[in-house]
Amino acid sequence: MTVETILFYLFGILAVVSALGMVLNTRNMVASAMSLVVTMISLGAIYLLLEAYLVSALQIMVYGGAIVVVFLFVVMLLNLSTDELPPGKLRFAKIAFVIAGVAILSQVLIALGQDPLLTAQPEAVPEGFGGYRQLGIALYTDYVLLVEMTSLLLLAAIVGALILAKRKID
Amino acid sequence: MLPLDHVIGLSAILFTIGVLGVATRRNLIAILMSIELMLNASNLAFVGFNRIWSQAEGAPAVDGQIFVLIVIAVAAAEVAVGLGILLSMFRNRDSMNVEEVNLLKW
Amino acid sequence: MVAAGVESDLLHWIPLLPLLVAVYHGISIGVLRRPMQPRLAAIISCAAVLTSFVIACIAFRDLLALPTDSRVLIDDVYTWIGAGIGSSAISAEVSFRLDPLSAVMILIVTFVGSMIHIYSIGYMEEDHRDDQGIQRFFCYLNLFTFSMLVLVLADNLVLMFLGWEGVGLCSYLLIGFWYSDNWNAYCGSKAFIVNRIGDFGFLIGILLLFKALSEIGHPAISFAGIEEHFDGIVGMTVAVPAWMPFGPEWQLVNVIALCFFLGACGKSAQIPLYVWLPDAMAGPTPVSALIHAATMVTAGVYMVCRLSFLYAAAPEVSAIIAWTGAITALVAATIAITQNDIKKVLAYSTVSQLGYMFLAAGCGGYSAAIFHLGTHAFFKALLFLGAGAVILAMHHEQDMQKMGGLWHRLRMTRWVFFAGVYAIAGFPPFSGFFSKDEILVAAWVSHVPGHMWLYGIGMVTAGLTAFYMFRLWYLTFCGESRAANDVRNQIEDPNGFVLNPLWVLAFFSVFAGLAGLPQVWGDIIGIEESNSLANFLEPALVAAEPHLIKHSTELWMAAGAVGIALAGTGLAWLLYIRKPGVPGWLAAHLTGIYRTLHNKYYVDEFYDAVIVRPLVVVSDRVLYRVIDSRIIDGIGVNGLARGVRAIAADGLKYAQSGLTQSYVFFMIVGAVAIVGYLLR
Repeated sequence: MTVETILFYLFGILAVVSALGMVLNTRNMVASAMSLVVTMISLGAIYLLLEAYLVSALQIMVYGGAIVVVFLFVVMLLNLSTDELPPGKLRFAKIAFVIAGVAILSQVLIALGQDPLLTAQPEAVPEGFGGYRQLGIALYTDYVLLVEMTSLLLLAAIVGALILAKRKID
Repeated sequence: MLPLDHVIGLSAILFTIGVLGVATRRNLIAILMSIELMLNASNLAFVGFNRIWSQAEGAPAVDGQIFVLIVIAVAAAEVAVGLGILLSMFRNRDSMNVEEVNLLKW
Repeated sequence: MVAAGVESDLLHWIPLLPLLVAVYHGISIGVLRRPMQPRLAAIISCAAVLTSFVIACIAFRDLLALPTDSRVLIDDVYTWIGAGIGSSAISAEVSFRLDPLSAVMILIVTFVGSMIHIYSIGYMEEDHRDDQGIQRFFCYLNLFTFSMLVLVLADNLVLMFLGWEGVGLCSYLLIGFWYSDNWNAYCGSKAFIVNRIGDFGFLIGILLLFKALSEIGHPAISFAGIEEHFDGIVGMTVAVPAWMPFGPEWQLVNVIALCFFLGACGKSAQIPLYVWLPDAMAGPTPVSALIHAATMVTAGVYMVCRLSFLYAAAPEVSAIIAWTGAITALVAATIAITQNDIKKVLAYSTVSQLGYMFLAAGCGGYSAAIFHLGTHAFFKALLFLGAGAVILAMHHEQDMQKMGGLWHRLRMTRWVFFAGVYAIAGFPPFSGFFSKDEILVAAWVSHVPGHMWLYGIGMVTAGLTAFYMFRLWYLTFCGESRAANDVRNQIEDPNGFVLNPLWVLAFFSVFAGLAGLPQVWGDIIGIEESNSLANFLEPALVAAEPHLIKHSTELWMAAGAVGIALAGTGLAWLLYIRKPGVPGWLAAHLTGIYRTLHNKYYVDEFYDAVIVRPLVVVSDRVLYRVIDSRIIDGIGVNGLARGVRAIAADGLKYAQSGLTQSYVFFMIVGAVAIVGYLLR
């Protein structure tokens, strides 16, 4: 039981609990969003433990700092603090969902437990793995096309978001 | 060391929770947040697998992390556009209930 | 018959011209909906048939130019059906064959046909029911001519069957020509349906023949091909259920011959399928003349003669044919003596004369049958057309009891009509005498069991024929007029279109006998080989028994035939001129016999009760109400629809709720299923 393992379990449990908190919290939207932030940050910590340093930093900055903030903006803009209707129809459907979810999960976990590849001990990482230098080289040599396409996608998203959210001028 | 199959298991758990959120919640913003959770779970799986297969000739293989970066970018774009759609819908129906989005019924 | 023949390009024009005109009329009426001038339409149709006649004459001349033992002209147009390989290869070509038998037939068909077409111009114009009807009439007439010519010229059984069906169809169309009257439509349907029963036999015959031939490795449906390999199937037998007569096995050729004869019964109105012919008189009179006297009903006789090799190898069936023909002739003649409608008398007379032809064919006298077919075509067409002239003159009155005394008024028609009556009664030297005599001789010399009885029946029927024909003559033309007063003064000869064909036909009725003058008379007059018809036909038909009788016997038989005809005529004169009250007295005192004969032995009623009513009841109660409505419609069609609707409305509908989350749920279910399957 190394420190890494303990930290991993700690952050893992935190992530699961806050995820559940986000999903099950039907009364307070802002609290849901906050739970989401906690989940993002604990995932970022787990990335650190997995020696993906740049990704971890970006996860916390972009997800926790930008995306959830946008969610909060919208929540507050629309004043949705307590805007959830009481559970009405489809109660059975919800129970069915739970069962379905458990079914997926158990299947995956069973598969995982039997896979020899995963249960082997991980090797040591090579030098520079996860640092910005390696990632940068990979991004701009092997995956440069991907980068360009992503930039186009972001452009489209900006334009789309602007148009969709624009208030009509009358 | 770090039990990597547990990492993948954690990813599966988070994904399932995300699915449950999408299927169960009735508030549209909550559904979007659950989608984000699903994306994060898949990111975790990518990084975990990348940790397993990190050796290659010469330079280390960082493909998983590249993919995660792209996914984060895409998720950001998607949130922007999705919330824009959401706002339009709110302006039209004055409600955030996903059951109002049912024009396919006809 | 010979296998190969000389190529000729003319033959396919003979049936093609009427077909083209018929199609043109059909398109003009049906598709373009711009009918022509009636007179123009009629003239085009007549021109087509006349041209066919001219081409037939040219082809006949070409045929005569060939040496006697290889007189065959073949015109192979294209292969219609080509299927199968090896010993089950069927190859039905559209191929026309002109040999002596079909040459005689096409000459008769086209010539009498064109006479009737010309007559129809005059006859149908007097009939102003429906102007567009005239073009339709000629369209059907031409279509009929086409079918009949295909039937006669066909080189193989399948093409012949095409023509066979075609004439049946045209018969239906023409009988029910004035279809706005339901009775006419009913008669047309009756003709067609009864014909179909015969067609079934024909088809079974074709199939059996083909199967037998393919079993011995020489599949063929052309007449030449069948005859060539026919000896191979002569010994084959068919197993029949043990309770049927004549043992557990029947000769295959007998079965095939019987099947074909069933077809002939339907088409040529023999017992038991003759019931359609009297009712077919509901059609216009030219139709009765063409189809039900001269051409279509002779198709059965033609078919039997064409397959003469088959019937020569099946003596039992030939006997059946002879006896059926004889009995039909007798029965029809007995019915004819009591009928009052002029066309019905002629219809039963046709059935009777067809019986004579089958009598001859069954006894092996195929050329005698064809001879009588030819002469009968002339004088029966003449009689029908003359009757049509009489009906027109009497303003559409067909009941003979209202006619009389027309001798003084119809000055031209009386001569031609008398020629026809004289010919059919069998008095010398008109054609009917010679042809009927040939038939009686054939019956005398044949080997059919009981052939002397056949001869006796033939004689009695000849007497009856003379009786009822002269009865018709006396009732119609002689004595005092029994017509209504206003009609009496308006009776006059019909117009030129109607009369002139009658003269032509009368000429042939008188002189056609010379074509087949039996040798006995030829010896008296001093002509060698006088029976040109029989000599001409000899290569095409299986050789009949040579006349093994002395000439003196033949002369005595001829005298006997004339004698009995005189007796019949005399009796008719007695009953209808001398003592006109006697028939009424006889009818009143012999009511049983009179009523049976007058009501046609109640055969129609019998068929109606035994066959038609049960079929109708079964069709309505079982087939329609139960099977069609309840099972097929209810369970099949409506039930299927209801089932689908139930599945969709009560089941699948909920999958299309429009709720995003239920769609998500189904996606999850699908994903779980796939992952579960893959992780197996």
